[in-house]
Amino acid sequence: MDKILEVKSLVTGYQGKEGFVRAVDGVSFDINRGETICIVGESGSGKSVTSMSIMRLVEYENGRIIDGEIKFNGEELTTKNTEEMRRIRGSKISMIFQEPLTALNPVFTIGKQISEAILFHHSLGKKEAWQRAEELVRLVGISDPQARLKQYPHELSGGMRQRVMIAIALASEPDLLIADEPTTALDVTIEAQILELLRKLRQERNMSILLITHDIGVAAEMADRIIIMYAGKVMEIANTKDIFDQPFHPYSKGLLESVPKMNGERGVPLKSIKGSIPSLNEIPSGCRFSPRCPFATDKCHTEEPLLEMRGDRQVACWHVDYLIENNLLQIEEEGGVSIEF
Amino acid sequence: MNSNQESYSSDSLEPLLRIENLKKHFPIKGGGYFRKEKKAVMAVDDVSFTIYKGETLGLVGESGCGKSTLGRNILRLQEPTEGRVFFNNTNILLHNKHELRKLRKQMQIIYQDPFGSLNPRFTIGQIIGEMYEIHGIAKGAEKEKKVKEMLELVGLDPSRYNSYPHEFSGGQRQRVGIARALALNPTFVVADEPVSALDVSVQSQVINLLMKLKKELGLTLLFIAHGLNVVRHISDRVGVMYLGKLVELSETDNIFESPAHPYTAALLSTVPEADPRLKKERIVLKGEVPSPANPPSGCRFRTRCPLAAERCKNEMPPLVEVRSKHHVACHYPLEEGQTLKEAIASRKTGQLSL
Repeated sequence: MDKILEVKSLVTGYQGKEGFVRAVDGVSFDINRGETICIVGESGSGKSVTSMSIMRLVEYENGRIIDGEIKFNGEELTTKNTEEMRRIRGSKISMIFQEPLTALNPVFTIGKQISEAILFHHSLGKKEAWQRAEELVRLVGISDPQARLKQYPHELSGGMRQRVMIAIALASEPDLLIADEPTTALDVTIEAQILELLRKLRQERNMSILLITHDIGVAAEMADRIIIMYAGKVMEIANTKDIFDQPFHPYSKGLLESVPKMNGERGVPLKSIKGSIPSLNEIPSGCRFSPRCPFATDKCHTEEPLLEMRGDRQVACWHVDYLIENNLLQIEEEGGVSIEF
Repeated sequence: MNSNQESYSSDSLEPLLRIENLKKHFPIKGGGYFRKEKKAVMAVDDVSFTIYKGETLGLVGESGCGKSTLGRNILRLQEPTEGRVFFNNTNILLHNKHELRKLRKQMQIIYQDPFGSLNPRFTIGQIIGEMYEIHGIAKGAEKEKKVKEMLELVGLDPSRYNSYPHEFSGGQRQRVGIARALALNPTFVVADEPVSALDVSVQSQVINLLMKLKKELGLTLLFIAHGLNVVRHISDRVGVMYLGKLVELSETDNIFESPAHPYTAALLSTVPEADPRLKKERIVLKGEVPSPANPPSGCRFRTRCPLAAERCKNEMPPLVEVRSKHHVACHYPLEEGQTLKEAIASRKTGQLSL
């Protein structure tokens, strides 16, 4: 299949108060043309830093790509200079963020901001750009575009602002759209609208989407493939259906089981993962999930497993064969027994 | 009914709290010299319901629907504009300061934000211990003993008595918040989005703790949240709010299996389900929640309702019992077992008499 993005052994770090931390530590994955990939992870998993690294935006936040390759349409991004990167950003790759209010400029109208994005990438007259802006705004489902273009960001609701962000992101007809928690700040009914819009756009434009989310439900509905990250590492990559049928990593299993199901038995104790997420200053030795893993052995605590192929899936766990053979990774239906790992 | 929620049984209902016609309006001041009060944001508008002893009542709705305001008004952390709140048959809105302080022992709150709701300059021993001192229950060594018991109860190491909030993770801080709320052995607790700020893997730990404590201590819980799966899991009954109004109230299974209000039905159909094998009929609502400062006439949901008719514009539907123990505020509620899609279809073919 035609790969649009290839990330290889990416390491990105930040200069923190307590020294240099590696927020992303050796992450590899790729995205096919027209595919939607979701990176699922909790706070500190490195999912956002991964997307900021692809956009080379980490450099503006005290971060640095230390190692690895990012190939976009075969072109290496990590060696591009600032100006070259500016051309790629927002033209071939666009990004939308969680909080659309802070991402929009409060002193310019919506129309000005969208047409500015259009003018940056296309040689058009101002009038034509405004017309394109109107088309885009209509495309993302905003009614009465003419009036809306004259409004300022604060006059719009959260859902509307996110639609405007998407319109700006689409201005350059990108091959890849990176969406970092695009619906986290929105209500359920508005979230549904935005997700529906993203699905529609992807279909119509054969665009690839990299969706960053903490919500397994959103990933289940949107993704072709899912990448599960934990503490800066990829734990597992698999087709969406496969991962929900049977996760290959104990962390994936723990994550899937700890969400109450809409058709599960009510009132019974939920499965949970013991302990809490490690901070980047105190990354455990060996497998990073080992202190919380119910199956961890001495080897897990000392040696770090690599992400390895297993059929068309990838998983980083020493004991994956044993665990699968013994049916220890099956998602258990909620029962009366609480398993405090 | 769930085996571990024996404390609530739908047949022996004893009211603990009765909320009658509760209103909370926030005035908006106009411009100009006198800054006259022009209109008001009707955050909670004429809400009545009962909370029964030993139950967990879940309250759901989108942001701005008034669910948190309602919780705070019931506890008088904010003063309601109008209405009555009966706790054990006395109207607590008439209580003076002294009586209110006594009441605080029985009614407590757990907040959403485990970062903002704990004073960073106090140790957790001081934060929880304060509860005993203010109410003159214990001091010194006696207080320390009680605090340590509370820490143990919520699954924290009592030796961390002298630690500060920043030394704890988000989940642990929420446990401190729970310990503080339960320190005085209250009968009624409002949990306002208690797990929304937590990561998924930690969220279930805190939900389990809340369910366990509720059962062990015989608490009555008002559980406010926007996460429908969590509310479904923990609640005996569920109330759905929209734009300051309570639009549906029933036992959890009724709400989730056969919602009567079109809003509830649409809300349930759009929840992203963590299982791609479950394909459901998604009804994506058009438009957005109108401003509570300027709500639509009649039924507040009518501007987004796929079933809305002329009558909905003119008449505000009251909350009435349409099925057994199932209250809904809608002129054209869904029939039992009917999906919203079916209702829309029958509306189109004219079978629905409007």
